[in-house]
Amino acid sequence: METRDSIRPVGPLVIDIENITKDYVMGEETVRALQGVSLQIHKNEYIAIMGPSGSGKSTLMNMLGCLDTPTSGRYEFNGKNVAEMNDDELAAIRNREIGFVFQTFNLLPRATSLRNVELPLIYAGIDSATREERATQTLTDVGLGDRIHHKPNELSGGQRQRVAVARALVNNPSIILADEPTGNLDSKTGEEIMALFEDLYQRGNTIILVTHEHDIAAHARRAVHLRDGLIESDDARSVPKVATMATT
Amino acid sequence: MRRFIYELNESWKIALAQMRSNMTRSMLTALGVIIGIIAVTLMGTAIGGIQVGFDKSMSIFGDDVLYVGQWPWKKVDDWWNYRDRKKIKTEYADSLNRMIALTPNSNLTIAIPTCSVVRSVKYVDSEVSNVFIRGTVSDYVITSTFDFREGRFFNDLESRGGSQVCVIGYDVADALFPSGSPLEKSVLINGQPFKVIGVISRQGSFLGLFSLDSIVVMPLPAFQKYFTAKSEAEILVKVKDKTKLAEAKDELAGLMRRVRALPPEKSDDFSINEQQALKSTLDPIKNSIAIAGLFITGLSLFVGAIGIMNITFVSVKERTKEIGTRKALGARRRTILLQFLIESTALCLLGGMIGLTFSFSMCLLIGAAFPSFPIHFSAGLVIISMIVSVLTGLVSGFAPAWSAARLDPVTALRYE
Repeated sequence: METRDSIRPVGPLVIDIENITKDYVMGEETVRALQGVSLQIHKNEYIAIMGPSGSGKSTLMNMLGCLDTPTSGRYEFNGKNVAEMNDDELAAIRNREIGFVFQTFNLLPRATSLRNVELPLIYAGIDSATREERATQTLTDVGLGDRIHHKPNELSGGQRQRVAVARALVNNPSIILADEPTGNLDSKTGEEIMALFEDLYQRGNTIILVTHEHDIAAHARRAVHLRDGLIESDDARSVPKVATMATT
Repeated sequence: MRRFIYELNESWKIALAQMRSNMTRSMLTALGVIIGIIAVTLMGTAIGGIQVGFDKSMSIFGDDVLYVGQWPWKKVDDWWNYRDRKKIKTEYADSLNRMIALTPNSNLTIAIPTCSVVRSVKYVDSEVSNVFIRGTVSDYVITSTFDFREGRFFNDLESRGGSQVCVIGYDVADALFPSGSPLEKSVLINGQPFKVIGVISRQGSFLGLFSLDSIVVMPLPAFQKYFTAKSEAEILVKVKDKTKLAEAKDELAGLMRRVRALPPEKSDDFSINEQQALKSTLDPIKNSIAIAGLFITGLSLFVGAIGIMNITFVSVKERTKEIGTRKALGARRRTILLQFLIESTALCLLGGMIGLTFSFSMCLLIGAAFPSFPIHFSAGLVIISMIVSVLTGLVSGFAPAWSAARLDPVTALRYE
């Protein structure tokens, strides 16, 4: 596990956010969830976004994941202006550039691992032979080569999350956006998933981890802390050293 | 385009899986459509059956024969104008035949007098009532399409001499002579004995309503001797070329006016009928069945559509998180819309197919139980029901599918 501490050189800029805000209308009140956040993420980064609930962490994640657009500010993804995009253009960006991993796995319950992993490829318009080949390959890469025809309820929690990771990876996205990926797993399985992310990072993927757990965030090479809709700290060296405790 | 096909394919798979996993719910929901489609097909079958039965019945009449009578073969509002017309006389046939013979290039071949009443027919202890008794001449066979089960039609000699012989229809033979041949036996009509010389083979019934086999045909002089009271005469005129029916009709009208010696200023005091006229009397019947059927069908399909819409709304609600996930993975609005539209359509198609199976077997059963009832289950009906099912699915699924497509991915993902 000596690779754990190796920081890979970063590549070109992928995400460029400047002074974005997000307002939510709740009844008669307008709540400003993001008060002006600026963030730059490069290729080959492994970044954790942290913060207590209500800090705007989820809102920022939705922005980064192109699930939502900011009220104001600039957001460029691979040089493309996301803030101005309509629903379908955002869907295309999510499909090609972002791999989502959710806390609750969000697999289709009645579909096999293979069909779950194929889903983003269907939306990308890839033919079925290529789909099956790539999905099988990706599932094998995450260690589920012998589970491709199993349905989610025939898999353990860790295996389900691996299927979800394979689904996130299958379209070769620019970033992997993981929202509390170990939140529904026991700590041992959680560590296995984190080891998988480490492996993905070492293979050159860009990973954004959204979590409130310090020992999970410790796996990242850079940590961004949010509080009250603002970035409180953003420092590669601010990764808590509990990480070393967790691994030893 | 390719992506659209993959999405379509994917949507079908999801729809089928969805129906399988919610079998009871799907079946109950489809019930409305099932009933609707049964209504559609049975109505179509009824209309088609009437048409087929009508065509079959018409072929018995022959499409190259004109019928001269007092009344037209259609409903008239001014019946008083027809009531006082002079009766048609059988002697007109002779006059017509003479004139036809004198007309070069006449479009008419022969005129045959007929005269009919309804009476009972007896043999020993058996009796058949409401039998159509018809007096005519031996040439009558030319205008008719019937065959003989046994025996023959009366010949010219018997016809002119007024022999007390008769030819009986299938039903009459069947009722009076359940076993053994009726030939050479004498039946009693109005107390008069008539010797059976022929039995007409089965003709079926007109529109399945009244039998064409409950008939007795005898020479005209014999008929006139006993049955003139309340009888009605009709002259049958055979046309040479049935493609020139209209000209033949005009020619016949002219001849009839000469027979009646009508001055030019007077209008016809007779009616020339053809089987086509009967067709137009059938249209209102068909139309009223169609309107009633359309109403019932529309109502049941409407109820069915509401059921489908409701269940699709439930399905959208249940799978909000799935919709969110799909959107996160790159499903566009159109994709989601398509998916739910296909789900509702698949449900309706399922209902349609079950409905079709039901009504098809019902038709088979009815056909087996009442062979004379005209049943007509056509391929066009199957296609129409499928189209109706698909349309119902699309219409009822649109509102829920639209609401699904417009879901905000963030809200949908957070939905528990």
